[in-house]
Amino acid sequence: MALLHLLLAQATSDPTKGLTAIGRGIVYGGAAIGPGIGIGLVVGNAITAMARQPESAGTVRTTMFLGIAFTEALALFGFVLAFIISG
Amino acid sequence: MNSLLLSVDVPPISHVTIWGSGPLGINRTVAVYIFATLATTLLFWLGTRKKDALVPSGFFQNTAESGVGFVRSQVIMATMGPDGLGYLPYLSALFFFIFFSNITEIIPGVQFPANARLGMPLVLSLFTWAIYMVVGIVKQGPGHFLKNSTVPSGVPWWVLPLVVPIELLQVLIVRPFSLMVRLFANMLAGHLILVTFASLTAALWALSFTVVIAPFSFALLVAMTGFEVLVSFLQAFIFTILTAVYIDSSMHPAH
Repeated sequence: MALLHLLLAQATSDPTKGLTAIGRGIVYGGAAIGPGIGIGLVVGNAITAMARQPESAGTVRTTMFLGIAFTEALALFGFVLAFIISG
Repeated sequence: MNSLLLSVDVPPISHVTIWGSGPLGINRTVAVYIFATLATTLLFWLGTRKKDALVPSGFFQNTAESGVGFVRSQVIMATMGPDGLGYLPYLSALFFFIFFSNITEIIPGVQFPANARLGMPLVLSLFTWAIYMVVGIVKQGPGHFLKNSTVPSGVPWWVLPLVVPIELLQVLIVRPFSLMVRLFANMLAGHLILVTFASLTAALWALSFTVVIAPFSFALLVAMTGFEVLVSFLQAFIFTILTAVYIDSSMHPAH
């Protein structure tokens, strides 16, 4: 019961603060969708390539890290943007 | 008690150690960069003292030689080919400097990756930007460099008004910006995760009835610490290899 009162006091003290937090969550969550799918595609296809041609695993691994780095950049932009948002 | 229950107490970002004041005052970020510079210099200094020896021996020489061999085979030969071997000293130094300033994230007592502050990633990515611009202008000439980096081959002419500004923006701004943000945001995110789980473990430990959950939080903290070793290495590697890729795109334009 005391916890509930505490939560209520926190919730009613500054309503815009909560909205900012929700906005940050939406920004980062939205920015993570595409890169999540993209990194899955990159790594999945790299594993297929390595399984089919184990002798080319070194080249494939280097290219895979490059692909991950390019794909991941978008998620990181969202991460930084979530910090930039202020309420 | 309230803050422990409702949110995790994370130390404020201004709460870092500062020694001295004014322009000569240093904080933890600067201290880590001084450590990284000294470590890189000492590694190659001590590692190359016996360079006439046929068989490498000792910790420093083995580390330096295997590191340079790694950069040579995995970064330069994989992207630029034999033409790019002249960049081996710069790329090796870059790799080790970024790695040493990242790995302090998991060293007990320091536990702060200096690259989680924007300054040095910005400077390093501006170095990369300057190198690939100068290499492109010198090797191809200004006109050819502009044409090769903004007009991709095989694009129909009526798409060019859309493609050329995008490619120009990509070469001039997006490449160094994404290099900077990639290194900075990866280290900041890793650091925040470690801070969050450490604070969470401490907060759970302080309360009587939540102590049973604390071991799970602690186990995840240990696991994430191991993961951050991988991330520190991987980010140094990716920064180096992307620098090599960008220099390669200036040296060998796609036809």
